[in-house]
This record gives sequence, C-alpha cells and structure tokens, in this order.
Amino acid sequence: MTSEAPIIRGMGHSVKRKEDPRFLRGKGHYIDDFKLPGMLYMDIVRSPYAHARIVNIDASKALALPGVLAVITGKDLDAAGLAWMPTLMSDKQMVLPVDRVVYQSQEVAAVIATERYIAADAITLVEVEYEPLPPVMDPHKATDPDAPLVRPDRDAKTNHIWHWEAGDAARTDEVFQNAEVVVKQDLYIPRIHVCSIETCGCIASYDKIDGKLTVYMTTQAPHAIRTVFSLVSGIPEHKIRIISPDIGGGFGGKVPVYPGYVIATVASLQTGLPVKWIEDRSENLQADSFARDYHISAELAAKKDGTMQALRVKTLADHGAFDAAANPSKFPAGLFSIITGSYDLQAAHVEVDGVYTNKPSGGVAYRCSFRVTEAVHTIERLVDTLALALSLDPADVRMKNFIPPEAFPYKSPTGWEYDSGNYPAALQKAMAKIDYAGLRREQAEKRARGELMGIGISTFTEIVGAGPSHTFDILGIKMFDSCEIRVHPTGSAIVRIGVQTQGQGHETTFAQIVAEELGLPVENITVEHGDTDTAPYGLGTYASRSTPTAGAATAVAARKIRDKAKKIAGHLLEVSPDDLEWQDHKFQVKGAPGRSVTMKDIAFAAYTNFPQDVEAGLEAVDYYDPPNLTFPFGAYICVVDIDRGTGMVKIRRFVAVDDCGNIINPMIVDGQIHGGLTMGMAPALLEAITYDEYGNIQQSNLMDYLLPTAMETPVWETDKTVTPSPHHPLGAKGVGESATVGAPPAIANAVVDALSHLGVTHLDIPITPWKVYQILEAHGAAEA
Amino acid sequence: MTTQHVQMTINGQPYAADIEPRLLLVHFIREVANLTGTHIGCDTTSCGACTVLVNGVPAKSCTLFAVQMDGAAISTVEGLEQNGALHPVQEGFFEEHGLQCGFCTPGMMMTAVAFLAQNPNPTDDEIRRAISGNLCRCTGYVNIVKSIQYAAKKQREAQTAPAAPAEPAEAIR
Ligand code: FES
Ligand code: FES
Repeated sequence: MTSEAPIIRGMGHSVKRKEDPRFLRGKGHYIDDFKLPGMLYMDIVRSPYAHARIVNIDASKALALPGVLAVITGKDLDAAGLAWMPTLMSDKQMVLPVDRVVYQSQEVAAVIATERYIAADAITLVEVEYEPLPPVMDPHKATDPDAPLVRPDRDAKTNHIWHWEAGDAARTDEVFQNAEVVVKQDLYIPRIHVCSIETCGCIASYDKIDGKLTVYMTTQAPHAIRTVFSLVSGIPEHKIRIISPDIGGGFGGKVPVYPGYVIATVASLQTGLPVKWIEDRSENLQADSFARDYHISAELAAKKDGTMQALRVKTLADHGAFDAAANPSKFPAGLFSIITGSYDLQAAHVEVDGVYTNKPSGGVAYRCSFRVTEAVHTIERLVDTLALALSLDPADVRMKNFIPPEAFPYKSPTGWEYDSGNYPAALQKAMAKIDYAGLRREQAEKRARGELMGIGISTFTEIVGAGPSHTFDILGIKMFDSCEIRVHPTGSAIVRIGVQTQGQGHETTFAQIVAEELGLPVENITVEHGDTDTAPYGLGTYASRSTPTAGAATAVAARKIRDKAKKIAGHLLEVSPDDLEWQDHKFQVKGAPGRSVTMKDIAFAAYTNFPQDVEAGLEAVDYYDPPNLTFPFGAYICVVDIDRGTGMVKIRRFVAVDDCGNIINPMIVDGQIHGGLTMGMAPALLEAITYDEYGNIQQSNLMDYLLPTAMETPVWETDKTVTPSPHHPLGAKGVGESATVGAPPAIANAVVDALSHLGVTHLDIPITPWKVYQILEAHGAAEA
Repeated sequence: MTTQHVQMTINGQPYAADIEPRLLLVHFIREVANLTGTHIGCDTTSCGACTVLVNGVPAKSCTLFAVQMDGAAISTVEGLEQNGALHPVQEGFFEEHGLQCGFCTPGMMMTAVAFLAQNPNPTDDEIRRAISGNLCRCTGYVNIVKSIQYAAKKQREAQTAPAAPAEPAEAIR
C-alpha cells in the first residue's frame, strides 16, 4: 500500500491561531463571563492604612442591608484555622487580618451578597476602627534598630527576611584588588505592576452533596493551586477541581494565591452556593503582588583595554509585608545570579538581602523569569558605564567580552551551565540591520548642532524553562511538566498539557508540535489545558517555561506514540518494524518509498487491526524533567531622540534580534517579542509604583499608572538568529519574556548615550520627561 | 430600590428592562443582555476594553448609565459578523495576529470599525492615534495597526469592486 503524505503544517509554520475564532466573536470564556445558578457576589473591605491595629469591626449596618448574606472577617477565618495561608516562599500570608493590617488596601473583611452592586454598597457600611501605627516604607531603614516591626507574628524579631549569595567572594575580591579599572554603579529597579487588562477573580462553587469544590480562577498554575488548596483546607485533592478558563493576560501576576480566592472559597463552603469575586482595577493595582523593587549596588573590574574581569553586586530587595514571591523554593532571589550575562568573566559574587516593608507583597514576575530582568539591567548598564569610562564604543566592549561561540556549554562564575549561544552573530546582525556605523556618524553631526540623539545596545542572555527537578521545585513539587496525547481512530487527536495559556497561543503551537511529530494535520488536533480534572499534572505557565518543559513533554509523548505506531505500521505493511523509516511524516519501507502508511492509517488500525503483541489504542503520557534550563539570548539596538523643550524621549528605531532556538510558529514568536518589547519599554519610560511616607500608593489606577498606548509604542523591527538548544527535544527555547528582559537597558543606555556629553553616566528607570528635563536645565541644554 | 424602564437595541435586537438608574451600560450589556464579549478592564475610563458603538460612535460603556441609552442603537462585538461572514476588521485581526489574550480585542475592534467608517484610507499614525484610548498589554500594537490596515484595504477593495469578496487565506472556523 502507499499513502500520500498529508499537509500537516507542523514546526516552523505561521499557522493562524486556533483560539482566535472565539475571541474575535466575543465568545471567549473569561472569568467574569461565567454565571452559575444561584451565584452570590463578594466584595472586599480594604485598609486605608499601611500599618494599623484593628480595634474593632462592626458589620451590623452592612448586614442590615437587604441582599447581604454575610460579612466575613479575620476572626471568622481564624476560628476555622484559615486566617493565614502559606506563600510559595516558605513564608505565610494573611488571608484576612485578625488584629493588624500591614499594607494599604490589604483585605480586611469580605461581604457576600446576592448582587454585585449590593456587595459594593455594603463594603462602605462595614465600620472598621483602626489605630494607625508608624509604617516601614524605606527598605534601607527597615533594619534600623528603631524600625517598627512589620511582622511581629514571626519568631525572628527583625524585618530582615533572608540573605542569599552566589559566586566566589574571595576570588572576586582578589580580582578587584588587582584590577586596572573599577566602575561602580548604584541602580534602582522600581516596583512595577503587570496590570494585565483582565484583573484577577474567581468563582468558588462548593457542592455540598458530593463534597466537591470547583474553583474557576484566573490562575497561571491550576494544579499547584489544587494541591495547595487541598493541603490548606483538608479537602481531599480528588474533591477539588481548579479550572483556569480563558485568561486575559497573566505575565506573572496570576501565579500567586490572593486572599480573595481563599475568602470566596470559604464563603462557598459555608453557603453551598457559587461565590464570584472580581477585582476592580484599583484593587488590582493597589493590592496584588508587585515585581522588581531591587536596590542594587554593582561594581565591575576590568583591564584598561576593556576586558571585563569580575563583578561584585550587593542588593536590597523590598519584599513588602509577606515574602510571597513566585520563585522556585531554593531561589529566594530567583535566577538573579545570571547577572554575569553574555560575558566571559573570571569571577563574580552576588548578594541579596530581602526585607519586609509595609507594602503589598513584591517579587512576582512582570513578564520575567525570576529576577532575570534585574540582572540583565545591571550588567548591561555596567558594560556601558565601563565603555564610557574608557572612551570605548559599547559595541566593541561587548564584542571583546562575549563568551565565544565555541565555549558552549559554558560554565558561568555563578554556577550556571549555558546550553548554547552565539552572541557575536546576533550583535553583528542587529548592527548591520540598523546601520550602526551610520547612526554613530549621524549622532556626531547632530551633537555638533546641539541635537540630542542616543544609541543604546543590550546583548542579553536569558535563563528559562525551570527546571531540572534536582534544583527546581515549588513547595516541594518538582518543576517538571507534562503532556497526554490520545490519537482517535479516524486520525485526529486530543492533546492535554500541564501548562496554561494566557494569550501565548498554546492551543495552536502545541498542536503544531504534535502535527510535526505524528504527521497529522494541525487542524485535526485539539489542545486542552487549564482543567485539573482532565489535564495531566503540571506546574503552569510563567517564566517562559511552557515550550522548554511542556513543549518537550509533548514531543516526547508524541514520539512514544510514534514508536508504537511503527509496530502497527510493520503489521500493516507486513514487514519488520526495523525495516521502516519515518520519512515525510509517514512510515515507509526502507528502500521502497512506494510502500508506506500514514499515521491516519495506523490510528485506524490501532483500534481495528493491531498486531497480537501490541495493546489496542494509540495514546501516551510524558512527564518531562528537563536536564537543564534553556538560554535564549538577543541583541537589541535602540535609537532615541530627545526633545530639548520637554525632556521627552522618543524611540525612533528599535531593532531586536532574538535567538530562541528552533521556532514552532514564527508569527506567534514575533507577536511575543512585540509584546515583550512593549512591556520592556513600559518600565524604562513610563511605569513605576511609589508610596508616600505614610504608605499611600501614588499610582492606584490607570490614570496615574501609565501603560504604553499605541502612541508611545514604536514600530518594533524584529529579526532572528537560530542556535538550537542542544538538550531540548525540539531544539527550542522559551521566548515569552526575552524582550521584556532585554529591552529596558537598551533604552536606558540610549538615553544615557544621548546625554553623556553633558556628563550624565546613569539614569534610573523610568526615564520620564521630567527627569530628563531637569538634567537638561541643569546643564543649560534645555530649550526655552 | 427605584427602577426605571429602558429600551434600546443591541446589534439590532430590541432589549427592554426595568433597571436601577445607576446600572452601567457595560453591566446592562453583559448581565442583562448576556453579551459578554464587551469587557471591563478599569474603573477610570482608561482602557477601552468596554468600547461599544452608540448610534455608530465609539463609547466607553463603563462610563455610561444604561438609562441614558433609552432609544439608542448599540453595537457590540457580537454584531460584527454578518450572515456567517466575519467583518473585515475581525478578519484583519485573525490574519495579522492582532490579538493574543483577546481581552482588549472586542473594544479595540469596535474602535477600529468606527474609525474606518470615518477614515477609509488611514496612515499608520492615524490608526495609532485612533486606538490610543484602547490599551493592549499583549501585542505591542504593531500587529493591531497591520490588522486595521488589512481591514481598510479589504473594505476599499469591496467599495471599488462590489463583486464576491475574496476568501481569507485560511478559513476562520
Ligand atoms: S472598562 Fe476601562 S475604559 Fe471602560
Ligand atoms: S490581546 Fe491581551 S490585552 Fe490585547
């Protein structure tokens, strides 16, 4: 028999997205779109103070309002042992406070009512008497002897949480002692908020008859949530179902367990009715976990010719009132030790100290894999600082210090093994594309005329795909990921994965992986995820880990199916399986390409005509434990013009050359990079969360917290090099966050470059017009 | 609780209800008419996720009371597809990867539909200005601009050659 190879559109095809038809018609299923019979609504009373004792809560007026069924306070939860919950970082966190609040907008009580508007009315009727306490707002003063204690519940009576370090201190000091040049830079990477356009929310629905709790929840990690809910509540895990429906953007902000989820669950357990809780934007911005907030002091030792030798970094990390960061357990400072970046250094030593302050929990991602953005910003700024100090071109300094392509796998001074890379190729491509030499000439001419133009480079290395189980776990659960594939008799398939899309297009790209590996047309493959009752156990989507982990699991599961299919193919073609080869997405007899069978033929036979020694059916599961992380990288070049009248920075051009190994869907990768670049530009130029001395947040809504619009966002110019990961089954690497990580220093470096002739050597982000204008004015360079 | 009677059409369908005067239009659309394609992303009229057309003009439905809409004709994302054919703007977003999580998309598309009715042959900069009241956190806008250009071109072609519209490259099921 002979079979035509089907058109499968697997790896490398810009397949249009399978999820789009429902979104385009307004038929997505986001959390607030669900309406369950008898559903109640929850709204939350929040603290106006950053630090206060709760003297009394009087709910009588709220309870008197028709439609209000209950007001839940910390005392109620305490009676059930649920006033506190564990965080992902071995700390604990208040669900509702019993006697004190520790940040502004903290949850204080919850109202359960029959209607959304009634619940909103009722929260204004809950009377809470507070006794304000002095807050700790400045992390530098958090460990002063007279600093108020943020967390008196802990045994250790200090605001210091932990000290963490990586690298070799003695060796680093030695290199510094003998260095010809040392440059030093303090940097502050401000607190920012992911602010996905959909806020967080849930519907908890407890069925008292069969004792089953179903929670629809905006979560990036449904299985981990199920396990935590079971451990905390005592409900057996098979009686808990977490459903993560369509998610309107995650970016890390939907990894943590927020108190609202737990309170709504308690309310449903009590009432036996579904309880919906949806955050307002202001609640989302004020109380959900934040990213960054790293105060960094960094030094680079080098030779006079620009050879970089060693890096020494001390960091103060503001974690807010609870250490609820979303990092792997053994990494309180995430993967910050990737800070030596793309450069071949002799030694490095990195220290981070975490402290409590009276702010909401910090340390979640902002489209960034575990503190890599902070690391990349530091090293990429320092390279430029060195170049400026030595009057060298920043591109030359980078080329001189890159880890050479032949040095991979490369062991970094902080202990990472980079899997692959070719940094000079990426930078050369970016320089050619943007005409770097031409830009430098233009800059010199403009500068002579008094015009301000700058060129900034960032050549970053990412570290994504957590991770190998020997090192990476969350609350003890190893960070593998999973895939289950079932091929149906007529040659279509369902794929279930342990990761969860929030816009990345998993329903399309995972179908492409299976299409490629099994030779089935992509349109005949359905991908499901996000429902813990059906999906295999996985750790979720964040830190660019979906493709490195679950993507690998999908390829391996498909290959298991292909191994079995080979036996069936041999049976159908009446040859030994050893005489078959997988060519053009079908099995054919070696040396006789006319004799072949497709996966469609084999699938039918797997249920109707399989050999005696083979089980019926065609399915497989794989739990993939990656041998290493993947190390995507890129070279970005940004050109800015600065308006001397306003201090406004305009990005004129931005070229991004990314290398994420082999690409599954180029259209989707490009889209991820566009989005990532925009979320890199945002903190570089616009976004920061700040507090006044009393603990009042200064950017509590979208009028004060400035997300980029289409007006500020430039036309991103993307390109690629391809350096496959040697250990990933598809040669792929993660890509979702590369651009967020790589873009900020390219922009900051461009602005500093534009102002360097005025003596400017550094600017902290966000680089706002006001910040720039003040500099221009101080140097007499502002236009009247 | 006092209520007030209101009637309006949404996508050509009549809706009438006795509602609280404070009920926001977006909640009327989502919870009374059960059309959940119109989303909510903020509480300061900043994000545009709730954008609908009121008598053809884009409006942020989170900042209008439903009772103000008595007698109005409202259009939402659910009304864009006509007789099984996607609107050129929907087709553009599909072809040019103009959406990722899809949450901003309905509002973004409604703004685009109204804008293209005013300006059928826009520059990229004009498109960027037109959508500057609609925030997207996922796409970085580049592909949204391309999507709207795709729709503009398709609509212009339909104007000049009113024959059968060209099929999109790939069926949108
Ligand atoms: S919901 Fe944000 S503008 Fe209406
Ligand atoms: S596609 Fe997610 S906000 Fe626009």
